[in-house]
Amino acid sequence: MSLLEVKDLRVHFETEDGVVKAVDGASFAVEQGQTLGIVGESGCGKSVANMTILGLTRAPYARISGQIMFEGRDLNALDSDQLRDLRGNQIAMIFQDPLTSLHPFHKVGDQVLEAIHTHQDVSKQAAWRRAVELLGLVGIPDPERRMKEYPHEFSGGMRQRAMIAMALVNEPKVLIADEPTTALDVTIQAQILALIERLQDQLGMAVILITHDLGVIAEIADHVNVMYAGRIVEAGTLDQIFYDPQHPYTWGLLGSLARPDRARVARLSQISGQPPSLLAPPQGCHFRPRCPHAFDRCTDVPGLEVRGGEAGHADRCWLSPERKRALRVVDGHIGLEVPAA
Amino acid sequence: MLRYIIRRILWSIALLVICSAVVFTIFYVLPTADPAKLRAGKAASPEQIELIRESLGLDDPKYQQFLRYMAGVFTPYKNEEKGVDGPFDLGTSIFQNNKPVREVIFDRLPATVFLVTGAVVIWLAMAIPVGIISAVKRRSLLDRTTMITSLAFISAPVFWLGLVALYLFAQDVGQFPIFPGIGSYNDAESFTGRAESLILPWLVLAAATAAIYARYLRSQLIDVMSEDYIRTARAKGLSEQRVIWRHGVRSAITPIVTLLGLDIGVLLAGNAILTESVFNIPGIGKETVTAIGQSDLPLIQGIVLFGAFFIVILNLIVDILYAYLDPRVRYQ
Repeated sequence: MSLLEVKDLRVHFETEDGVVKAVDGASFAVEQGQTLGIVGESGCGKSVANMTILGLTRAPYARISGQIMFEGRDLNALDSDQLRDLRGNQIAMIFQDPLTSLHPFHKVGDQVLEAIHTHQDVSKQAAWRRAVELLGLVGIPDPERRMKEYPHEFSGGMRQRAMIAMALVNEPKVLIADEPTTALDVTIQAQILALIERLQDQLGMAVILITHDLGVIAEIADHVNVMYAGRIVEAGTLDQIFYDPQHPYTWGLLGSLARPDRARVARLSQISGQPPSLLAPPQGCHFRPRCPHAFDRCTDVPGLEVRGGEAGHADRCWLSPERKRALRVVDGHIGLEVPAA
Repeated sequence: MLRYIIRRILWSIALLVICSAVVFTIFYVLPTADPAKLRAGKAASPEQIELIRESLGLDDPKYQQFLRYMAGVFTPYKNEEKGVDGPFDLGTSIFQNNKPVREVIFDRLPATVFLVTGAVVIWLAMAIPVGIISAVKRRSLLDRTTMITSLAFISAPVFWLGLVALYLFAQDVGQFPIFPGIGSYNDAESFTGRAESLILPWLVLAAATAAIYARYLRSQLIDVMSEDYIRTARAKGLSEQRVIWRHGVRSAITPIVTLLGLDIGVLLAGNAILTESVFNIPGIGKETVTAIGQSDLPLIQGIVLFGAFFIVILNLIVDILYAYLDPRVRYQ
């Protein structure tokens, strides 16, 4: 049994314009000590799906169905108090922008201490020692002094380290990292990813990493889910996704990467068109309107099944395995379309 | 932090000097009426007026008058003719037997301070819970009701609200006589007696402001509750109550402090004028009305300057409080 398993999760929001199907039947699982990367463009539902694991999307206007199994319990069936006990304790989450994610009026140390005292019955001194230890562990120099500083006195990278320390003080079994490096510059990005990997090894936790950046995925993930318009369109191991991609959307993502190991192109290729509105998504495959390879069968919803890939490598595309292998090669590389001149 | 405070204090002193200079210009350089004639009365002869002019030093060059005036306001300068000592020498009143303006103001100040303090306590006690609850229970029946009620109070002018309150609660004409009556503040001997006579004025003065604060706090808190750090606080597993108070209200209350400081300053400076007039409370505002009616220029001038001082000082307090509340301000 997986440590955390999400089954057929649906998160729909009722708005004045209609029902937004932010997550429309997502299933995924993560094992202890493993990293699951969830990749997709903005608004594809990757953050909503993961915030729902913690119950952070619960609201009068939200309709949530499906199962979120964690250590034999369905989190979706727990009441708010029970879920709160798990939050930041068994399952912790860090967010994209570490400046706005830390409270500007409270000292960094106090914010970390608050996380400890919420879930552990320890003395002030013990909590203080623990907080200093964690700040040191995430690589913040002179942690004793930094405890007494405010977030605006920290650099971007240091803020994210502090966020990570705050998430880890209670030794969670699962860490959900929602675009943890997006707001940081590239060198700091690499440091933060290395830090997450190191801490994962030390603490043996599972990590769910949400990103729109395949480069980040390549660096850290064991398994990858590709999400598009509220659905997971392809799921497999890192190698399967990168070397044997089955879904045209994945081809498009891989084809649009700037790669130093290839000849310089005049213009990077892109996936033409816009993601669909989640108020009225297209019938059948959500990627159909943007897919150059779409055919009549695509108006039926393809299930997430093993089709052309190896065992454990599932996708939602009706194209036959042979067609996929032929169509995905553009200019000798994996891609969706030839870049416009 | 210390440097910030020193900088603010120096700036406030500069502001006080500038305010004094502006007031001097208005009342001595661009006078609407000849102060000597006003003081001499209607039946005075030209010689009498000339005598008064000389004794007030109105024939001296303007810069000399200005220096004397500034010395009187800011230093322990002794003004022989007027018989008033600085600092805070604002001259003497025309229609109150040459009583020093400073004394007139200090006589009137306690009533205004009492009125304003009580009103502030009441409006905060009403606005803070209403603002928070309606933000947290947004779109609920409670939220709708309080917000519509507050709109009604904001729209109701104080003088009208005061008269309605009198009609409902005054002892002579009222339906529910809880107000001892117009002028009862003057007659009251004890602290409790004065407090009793102020209950109605407090409520009337507090009503509109409480409504404004409640609506403002509500919209501030709604904004804050959608901040990323609120999501972080929830993700940490904090109780909703702690998220609201320690993380939400803590941020939302900061701009309220600015507003509060300025409102108190303005009210102490005489802006409680309508409430004081309706309920006949002998405060600064009431005195202003009398002074304007009598063209008692030195008194008007004194009240204006005094009001400016209050606002500058309250501003200083707000700035320092703000730096204490928002650590980011200290480093700018």
